[in-house]
Amino acid sequence: MTFLQLKDLKIHFPTDDGLVKSVDGLSFNLERGKTLGIVGESGSGKSVTSLGILGLHKGGRAKISGEVWLDGEELVSASQEHVRTLRGKKMSMIFQDPLSAMHPYYTVGDQIIEAYRIHNDVPKKVAKKHAIDMLGRVGIPQPDRRVDSYPHEFSGGMRQRAMIAMALSCDPELLIADEPTTALDVTVQAQILDLMRDLQRDFNAALIIITHDLGVVAELSDDILVMYGGKCIEYGSADDIFERPEHPYTWGLLGSMPRLDREVTERLLPIKGSPPSLINVPSGCAFHPRCAFEPRTGGKGSTLVPDLGETEGGHLVRCHLPREERRAIWATEIKPKLES
Amino acid sequence: MTESILSVQGLEKHFPVTKGLFKTQVGAVKAVDGISFDVRKGETLGLVGESGCGKTTTGRLITRLIEPTGGKITFEGHDITHMKQGRLRPLRRDMQMIFQDPYSSLNPRHTVGAIVGAPFRIQGIQTEQGTKKAVQEILELVGLNPEHYNRYPHEFSGGQRQRIGIARTLALKPKLIIADEPVSALDVSIQAQVVNLLEDLQNELDLTYVVIAHDLSVVRHISDRVAVMYLGKIVEVADRKDLYASPMHPYTNALLSAVPIPDTRQRENRERIRLTGDVPSPLNPPPACRFHTRCWKAQEVCKTQEPPLAELAPGHAVACHFPENAPAKTEAPATVA
Repeated sequence: MTFLQLKDLKIHFPTDDGLVKSVDGLSFNLERGKTLGIVGESGSGKSVTSLGILGLHKGGRAKISGEVWLDGEELVSASQEHVRTLRGKKMSMIFQDPLSAMHPYYTVGDQIIEAYRIHNDVPKKVAKKHAIDMLGRVGIPQPDRRVDSYPHEFSGGMRQRAMIAMALSCDPELLIADEPTTALDVTVQAQILDLMRDLQRDFNAALIIITHDLGVVAELSDDILVMYGGKCIEYGSADDIFERPEHPYTWGLLGSMPRLDREVTERLLPIKGSPPSLINVPSGCAFHPRCAFEPRTGGKGSTLVPDLGETEGGHLVRCHLPREERRAIWATEIKPKLES
Repeated sequence: MTESILSVQGLEKHFPVTKGLFKTQVGAVKAVDGISFDVRKGETLGLVGESGCGKTTTGRLITRLIEPTGGKITFEGHDITHMKQGRLRPLRRDMQMIFQDPYSSLNPRHTVGAIVGAPFRIQGIQTEQGTKKAVQEILELVGLNPEHYNRYPHEFSGGQRQRIGIARTLALKPKLIIADEPVSALDVSIQAQVVNLLEDLQNELDLTYVVIAHDLSVVRHISDRVAVMYLGKIVEVADRKDLYASPMHPYTNALLSAVPIPDTRQRENRERIRLTGDVPSPLNPPPACRFHTRCWKAQEVCKTQEPPLAELAPGHAVACHFPENAPAKTEAPATVA
């Protein structure tokens, strides 16, 4: 049985200006011990997806449909109370900005203890010992003293470590990290990525890492899902996405990044235009106004939403161009430019 | 060698830390602590470092948005270190700044026309065809529609706003532009557009850039020379090629090896240098070499004697007692956090 399975998840928000289709039919599977990277630009729906899995849109204005199966339980139709008992224990989350995600009035230890005691009926002393263990495990020096520190006494990297300790305190089976290193400096980012890799190995959790940084997903992910305008536009193994991407948007992302591992290129190859507003998603393929290959679809681009079709061995692409043509474009037009 | 347009010598900015009713000074944050560099005409100098290393303060000192506490800044032969605002104003035409955040650096109540036209107004410049025409020409130059003249900033996306900021910067045809994190607030696909735009403008208008950024790949892409800062000091300066191919300072090495590479083939076999801990506080920086607390090569001398920034190869200066040379990846010290 698949550990985490999303089936056609839709999260729409009615607003005065119209319906915001933040997530519009998303499906994927994830097994224990595996890492899924979700990549996209701002407004592509990647964070809304993660909050949706955790059930954090319940009770709000969001209209949610589809199915989220976690270890044999369906969560979209489950009651708020029930999902709450799963949060923290079965699934937990690491947020982007640990300073605003932690309560400034309580010590770091208290916050970990609180989360632990909600799910484990143990005396405070035992919970505190556990908190110290966890802080030590994520590499905080002198955890027995630092457990009594307040969040503001920690540096950015230490706070993110404390946050990871909190998320892992109840041994979750699903861990979602939303831009876990975006607020950090590059040397600290490297430490945190190493830490997450090691911890995942130890805990054998399923990890979803959400980021806009292709470098970060390449470091950690087994599989990668590229989102655009609330939809998955390409899904595949990390090798599929980096070695043989087939969607023009993925090509655009790769061409937009200057890379340290290649010779310096004269020009970057940006995507024209800017990401769409989710109130007014372009008709047909959401990417068609920015797509350089739209003319080759014979007018289908602006009228028909392309299906997410399998090209080979689990590699899914949502594009009107025929498979052979996409491969030819990648091999002859895009790849040589990226590697020149 | 081409002449330098900007020269900085021993520049210092110490922010006082005060305490109590009488504001007795109890210490100082040494944000910038004695840095020297030259910017040559027509080149792009990249200034990289982690947060708190003083790179933004340096940018603001050069543009005299804040007052230096020591050192000397020479711009086109004028000593502007402590020049009065009135005398500085004519020079500001030639020296402009691009800010990081396109949301907070544009006045939401002003139209694009007013924002981009402000430099003309402030400097009292009359153009032949009138300000409006001039502004529209600049808008076109940065890839905006001249019809956007009467629109407000909120009607634009982040990338377009950054273009408005760049248009304002270019209004008076400056010679030197200080760009403080010009693309870090933008989406990946938009970053590339703005980077390309900056390069095109440089070629067209013969501009000199100082680009301040934390993203090492962006800096490598646009810079001719790169200076690496750590805790208020420059630890290494070199041509882009030398710096990235054979970094000498251990800190530069660590920075480069920390950048995640979007290539799954290299995931397993990449040599990694992992620094432990965080950047120390600039309020109380480590004595002598400031990097010794995180450096795997540190010895006694590093704790007692500050290494000078010395030119060890042509155009390649480094401040380290034990610099690594040439293909630096030969040593693998790897301390894991």
